[in-house]
Amino acid sequence: MNSILSVQQVSKHYGDYTAVNNISFELKPGQLFGLLGPNGAGKTSLIRMMTTITSIDEGSIFFNQEKINSDTPGLIGYMPEERGLYKKMKVGDQLLYLAQLKGLSKKDAKAKIQSWLDRFEINDWWNKEINELSKGMQQKIQFISTVVHEPKLLILDEPFSGLDPINTNLIKSEIFRLKEAGTTIIFSTHRMEQVEEICEEIMLVNKGRAILKGNLQEIRNQYKKNLYEITLDQSPADLSNLPGNIQEQVDNQIIIHLEDDAMSNEILSFFTKQGIRIRSFKEILPSLNEIFIQSVEEVEA
Amino acid sequence: MKNLKLIIQREYLSRVKKKSFIITTLITPLAIGLFIFVLGFILSYSDSEKKTIAVVDHSGIFNKPADLAKSGNTSFELVDATVEELKANFEDTNFDAILYIPEIKNLYAQSHTIFFYSEKSPSLDLEMVLSNRVKNKIRNFKIKELNLNQKELDALNTSVDLDPEPISDTAKDKSKHTNAVAAGLGGFMGFIMYLTVFIYGMMVLRSVMEEKTNRIVEVMISSVKPFELMLGKIIGVGGVGLTQLAVWAILIPIIQIIASMFWGIDTSDINQLSMDQAGIDQEDVMGEFSMIMSEIANQNWWSIIPLFLFYFLGGYLLYASMFAAVGSAIGDDMTEGQALTIPITIPVAIAFYIMIVTVQSPNSNLAIFSSIFPLFSPIVMPARLAFEPPIWQMILSIVVLIGTCLFFTWVAGRIYRIGILMYGKKASFKELFRWFFKQY
Repeated sequence: MNSILSVQQVSKHYGDYTAVNNISFELKPGQLFGLLGPNGAGKTSLIRMMTTITSIDEGSIFFNQEKINSDTPGLIGYMPEERGLYKKMKVGDQLLYLAQLKGLSKKDAKAKIQSWLDRFEINDWWNKEINELSKGMQQKIQFISTVVHEPKLLILDEPFSGLDPINTNLIKSEIFRLKEAGTTIIFSTHRMEQVEEICEEIMLVNKGRAILKGNLQEIRNQYKKNLYEITLDQSPADLSNLPGNIQEQVDNQIIIHLEDDAMSNEILSFFTKQGIRIRSFKEILPSLNEIFIQSVEEVEA
Repeated sequence: MKNLKLIIQREYLSRVKKKSFIITTLITPLAIGLFIFVLGFILSYSDSEKKTIAVVDHSGIFNKPADLAKSGNTSFELVDATVEELKANFEDTNFDAILYIPEIKNLYAQSHTIFFYSEKSPSLDLEMVLSNRVKNKIRNFKIKELNLNQKELDALNTSVDLDPEPISDTAKDKSKHTNAVAAGLGGFMGFIMYLTVFIYGMMVLRSVMEEKTNRIVEVMISSVKPFELMLGKIIGVGGVGLTQLAVWAILIPIIQIIASMFWGIDTSDINQLSMDQAGIDQEDVMGEFSMIMSEIANQNWWSIIPLFLFYFLGGYLLYASMFAAVGSAIGDDMTEGQALTIPITIPVAIAFYIMIVTVQSPNSNLAIFSSIFPLFSPIVMPARLAFEPPIWQMILSIVVLIGTCLFFTWVAGRIYRIGILMYGKKASFKELFRWFFKQY
């Protein structure tokens, strides 16, 4: 399948400071892509180039096989980290204005906004001023304004910051729904745990460089340390013959390091033979946080 | 282009629909009407208390009944008694004050003291009425006593009018009022320019800052170019300014007329009152007035109005784009921004003072330079318009202003696109300068 977004060896400098350093990646249609990295890693600088807000110093970006140009912003929905709305404007007027700027006709925009307000069960908000809304409510409006023109590519920069758990779930389920409908989504955040549940493909960025990218599951497998956690019904008496090395034992919970994945069954049979009941047995995959820290260390070493 | 239209529309409508805009637009002419009313009331206010003044005349100058005519609420009565007698029984008489005019002993004396006895010292008004009346009487008295000829004396009073005439026969003849009218008109237009540049320029500045503090600006520029956003804002606010000026230009005269009809207070009343005091002849003034009116009507409005609009737009665009650039740099911190706006307000203030001088000598070198120099010309040139400046100066001034406007908008756009995305950076002119040259 052709890629919808192709970033090729892109760099961005601010004076002596290199915000984005030779980054490349490809996005396939319908992908949910996690752009990860600590604050100041260059995520926003990279996004600003994709949305044509800033110019590209080196390299090039293609959207739908075409070099990004003044038509690109209309096909992208971008929710910046620094976001806001016109406080004195009415919800309806505000959404209408932003949708029209994205190229929708007034009639089209009206119908689409109405269906979104219906979806969020807030269709009586049309004449409310943004000022009257709570922060969470404003975020809903902000989200609608980002997606109302049905963008092919949706870029969300820290979309959950400032959201309560209920609204977080609401937006999350909307993100999934849009993905199912074929929207490609870039999800940029410094909170790794948010991405673990959502994204398939990720890219880790640090100090302007892409230090790791690929399928999230593959990356985790690649970084796994063959650690398994087993929880038993009772404290075992004798563990001297247990296959693998015991890393840690707290009462009836044991973390075991195995040289080979295939040995996992031997562990189970070791306990079942002794008549000890097993409550749970699972492989410990590294968290993205751990992977990030490890790969930063590798790069710097 | 379509986006620019949308932005202009929003910037314009969101302001024009605002209650505060509607109120200020409507209230200002009303306030001016009220001011005229209050002014008229104050000026026509006279002592409402009825007073009778006893006149003890030892000089014999008050000899006709007309000499004792009422003035306002004050009436006079000639009393045949000494001041001491009157003072002794003052409580029993119904007089409020005593005016004592001593005998005139020396006909050649140039000063004469009269005495006024009362519980409270006389009002300025009354003092003027009394001394003017007595002065005229003494004058007549002296003429008579010295056997002077009234006609010859009148002949000594000559008023001199200077009528400017052109040397070449083709040039337009000017009346003696032409310059005064042109000065008044020019000063008025210059003042309006000065006000509008400030009011609407600051409006642009505040609006740019607001967008930055609201964090809407990055949402916006993911759809439109920063330059479009800035230009749309400047044009939209400019439209608001034109709307307000147009409403005022229509409403103020209407309210003035209504006010004078309703309250029966005429601006001519005010004039008359001050003339009374200055002792100017009413008919003369009416003549002057109609001449001034015809002089105003004679102005070449077909060129003045379009040119005034041109300088309004040019000056506004010039200063608004500078305000927009500074606004983009300020962000959250208004106190810091104040320092950045000073360099913009200084040329406006200088231009305003040059304008005042220009009205007095419209063809001085300073006036000519300032009406071409683009930072001053939007304020100074309108003040010169009524004096019909040479065509080459007009054309040069217009061309320079258009060029500078384009250049400044371009420069402001370059600073703006960087400024709006800069948070927490302390803005300084050095910084703005760097932004201008930055590749973004």
